[in-house]
Amino acid sequence: AIGQHTREHGVSAALKQGQITPTELCQKCLSLIKKTKFLNAYITVSEEVALKQAEESEKRYKNGQPLGDLDGIPIAVKDNFSTSGIETTCASNMLKGYVPPYNATVVQKLLDQGALLMGKTNLDEFAMGSGSTDGVFGPVKNPWSYSKQYREKRKQNPHSKSGDSDWLITGGSSGGSAAAVSAFTCYAALGSDTGGSTRNPAAHCGLVGFKPSYGLVSRHGLIPLVNSMDVPGILTRCVDDAAMVLGVLAGHDPKDSTTVHDPINKPLVLSSLADVSKLCIGIPKEYLVPELSSEIQSLWSRAADLFESEGAKVIEVSLPHTSYSIVCYHVLCTSEVASNMARFDGLQYGHRCDIDVSTEAMYAATRREGFNDVVRGRILSGNFFLLKENYENYFVKAQKVRRLIADDFVNAFNSGVDVLLTPTTLSEAVPYLEFIKEDNRTRSAQDDIFTQPVNMAGLPAVSIPVALSNQGLPIGLQFIGRAFYDQQLLTVAKWFEKQVQFPVIQLQELMDDCSAILENEKLASVSLKQ
Amino acid sequence: MAAPVLRRGCRGRLWALACVDGGSCHGRGAPTGSPSNRIRGQSSVAQQPLHTAQKPRKGEHNWAAVVGLEIHAQISSNSKLFSGSQVRFSAPPNSLVSFFDASLPGTLPVLNRRCVEAAVMTGLALNCHINKKSLFDRKHYFYADLPAGYQITQQRLPIAVNGSLTYGVSAGKERGQVIPKTVRVKQIQLEQDSGKSLHDDLRSQTLIDLNRAGVGLLEVVLEPDLSCGEEAATAVRELQLILQTLGTSQANMAEGQLRVDANISVHHPGEPLGVRTEVKNLNSIRFLAKAIDYEIQRQINELENGGEILNETRSFHEKLGCTVSMRDKEAKQDYRFMPEPNLPPLLLYDATSLPIGTDPRQVIDIDHIRETLPELPSVTRERLVQQYGMLPEHSFTLLNEVGLLEFFQNVIKETRAEPKKVTSWVLNIFLGYLKQENLAVSESPVTPSALAELLDLLDSRTISSAAAKQVCPYSLQFLTVPLSQEMFSVTPQCHH
Repeated sequence: AIGQHTREHGVSAALKQGQITPTELCQKCLSLIKKTKFLNAYITVSEEVALKQAEESEKRYKNGQPLGDLDGIPIAVKDNFSTSGIETTCASNMLKGYVPPYNATVVQKLLDQGALLMGKTNLDEFAMGSGSTDGVFGPVKNPWSYSKQYREKRKQNPHSKSGDSDWLITGGSSGGSAAAVSAFTCYAALGSDTGGSTRNPAAHCGLVGFKPSYGLVSRHGLIPLVNSMDVPGILTRCVDDAAMVLGVLAGHDPKDSTTVHDPINKPLVLSSLADVSKLCIGIPKEYLVPELSSEIQSLWSRAADLFESEGAKVIEVSLPHTSYSIVCYHVLCTSEVASNMARFDGLQYGHRCDIDVSTEAMYAATRREGFNDVVRGRILSGNFFLLKENYENYFVKAQKVRRLIADDFVNAFNSGVDVLLTPTTLSEAVPYLEFIKEDNRTRSAQDDIFTQPVNMAGLPAVSIPVALSNQGLPIGLQFIGRAFYDQQLLTVAKWFEKQVQFPVIQLQELMDDCSAILENEKLASVSLKQ
Repeated sequence: MAAPVLRRGCRGRLWALACVDGGSCHGRGAPTGSPSNRIRGQSSVAQQPLHTAQKPRKGEHNWAAVVGLEIHAQISSNSKLFSGSQVRFSAPPNSLVSFFDASLPGTLPVLNRRCVEAAVMTGLALNCHINKKSLFDRKHYFYADLPAGYQITQQRLPIAVNGSLTYGVSAGKERGQVIPKTVRVKQIQLEQDSGKSLHDDLRSQTLIDLNRAGVGLLEVVLEPDLSCGEEAATAVRELQLILQTLGTSQANMAEGQLRVDANISVHHPGEPLGVRTEVKNLNSIRFLAKAIDYEIQRQINELENGGEILNETRSFHEKLGCTVSMRDKEAKQDYRFMPEPNLPPLLLYDATSLPIGTDPRQVIDIDHIRETLPELPSVTRERLVQQYGMLPEHSFTLLNEVGLLEFFQNVIKETRAEPKKVTSWVLNIFLGYLKQENLAVSESPVTPSALAELLDLLDSRTISSAAAKQVCPYSLQFLTVPLSQEMFSVTPQCHH
């Protein structure tokens, strides 16, 4: 872990004790980034920036005045957060070459703590997708494709093909951030989460993926997908690290009017829950769907049993409007997308076509060239839903359904439930070739079903890696909390994390000469697992 | 605005609908006109290039015009509605543009408190109901000077609704009489201004200046209670005065701080309203009146000749004095309104709803704003009539000229002369002199003290009235120089 109560083990402690310098740490991560370039996790590697930041951090450590637990810690940021002086593309032709003149508030807060920005991570174009396969820079490969755990299982399977052709997707849309953390190229990464885009890849990559309450963390500088649902997400290798990053990010931002004042205490330190006997865990019955893999279903049930055996109350709850969430999301998401994408007209920034016969012709060609089919499709649908004649029938109705979905959660929590326990995904990560058999829309609709209602309601939720599947791939389960009970949610997640002892990804074969880093318990950031 | 809009009668009317005939014409303009009105109106229409030669046709007296206005007033504030950029007229292009104004991705709107207060203040002055909860919406259209592709406005639930604006139209029968009229205010909404496009036809390019993009606007929507150009012009002039008195807008039309669009239709009274056109580009009060009267006449002629009125946007051509179709392909475009998700509902409080212990800097208290409202022009005029016994018409003129009221009051303070005399001198001789010299009150070389002194001389019969008037422009000018330099007494020189 980075720090906090794992201080005696985490990399943060190693920095403080001088066992490693920020520059050394930075260089090791940079070298891992190069080693794992084929994962396509990063769109931009900000090597110079990171090294300069490391140098400054080193000075602070020498003077005994580090800025905090994140000082000198390498982090990565999804390429839909604005970074001053560093290209921010949203994995779209539209923004290729766009260099924002300002930092997103969350980026600025991390930098103010001395974190080292290693680079900008890959995603689906404008975060529209659930595989990290639909960006202009190509798909992200899941590091677990190359893990010892997965490779060994595959050898046992006579049907599996050899070679690299069946590598796995990371999930998305924050797949680059997930791959970056999973492959040890950084200690924490920012994702964004509109319908599950942080939790989904976290589950597929064996990470903690945290979506804070809407309004807890500033969206200023996050290039929006759906303003009313977007939340900056946090990807880390353990719950304590996520809590520490949340402690840095949370709080009112005068530049984002939807952030709330003083929602949580800071710094955010999670207590170790000694027992769970006072907890009530809700199991939403609507989340048991036929498409859910039997392995995940059984893990989910075992997790519930674990809580019960430790004295927690586990009850079934109903969220009756769950099944309407995806279609409702489709209307609200595409409508906001149509609106948010209107600014990309080629006039002021980003891509501009060569056509100059008229302003309208220039707009049309610029947008055709700049956006991929998925983005254009959503813009088209959204504009349809917003037409005067359709607005009442689609947008307004979807808003009403959204309220019903949010009320479902409120009712469940009012019935005495502290947190809900659900699967994060239907199955473990699938091979890319399998994934692309379905189109983006079908995939998104399927893959978001457990994660997306949470965004409708603005609740905090976290995916925790639980175990490896029969194929040797990570499976995550999701905890959902009450709005602004993020700390309680993470405390429960931390207790659970400790119980399940999720195994560390074994990438030694892949990164032979970097294995020293991974073997070094202090630096591998997995000290929680002994 | 130097042009006095108060004129006797309702000039510029050719149609037989009287907007002023000694009686009031509220509502949708019932035909209260009489043939004499029409005849009287015709004389001044002679300047209009079209239709002047036409004789009134059979049935023409049946037409009624319905005019509604949408007025955009730029809020006088240091910074823009949703960003911290400065608001300043005629700054170098694109020098007052924040990242938000340029719609850089990821930027978010932050509401400017001053703009909200200005809206509340204006709403109160226009007798509106102030909504304690109002909402912001996005109105979408593609235009080069609208960088986000949408304008943030208040379509569903505006900050103020259901008000009224009372203005006075001078009546023809008795000199100095002013008839009060009322137009309902449908709503006042806060919204963003757009940038400016400069079309360079020579090089076939468009240049964009975003200095204005995001400046706060008050859109004041008037119900279609008006029935002629003069009514519209007078109502707008009154609104302008109110805004200036409140300080919520400088409302200078020449600088685009007050922009008016007019919705105009004609119909036979008792029948459904006609198809309306929208006339844009009305950038002075004089053109506003002209454009409306022209458009009304155009529609009547069109219909009488068996034509039809298209629901279209027209522009007033200042040089030709007529309205022309803008042939806007997207005249009927769908703005795809949507709630602005980045701005929570705007909540206002009053003394009864103010939560205990709230920081007054964090909330807006309607009652507090009500207490700080200055004296409104209508009240000032009434006071002038009461206090100095002047004709209502004179009170209008005093307020209509920027700075004239203050000048008048300063003269009153310093002279022994009768208020009526002061009124007469300020409005006739002094104002006449300024008009002749094409000067604003603030540019006048004549100080109030100088005029006061001259009036004292008259009062003490040191000089005769006739002599004073005869030499006035000269003497006033002459008087001023030494006075302003405070070198010597002016009294002896008055005899020259």
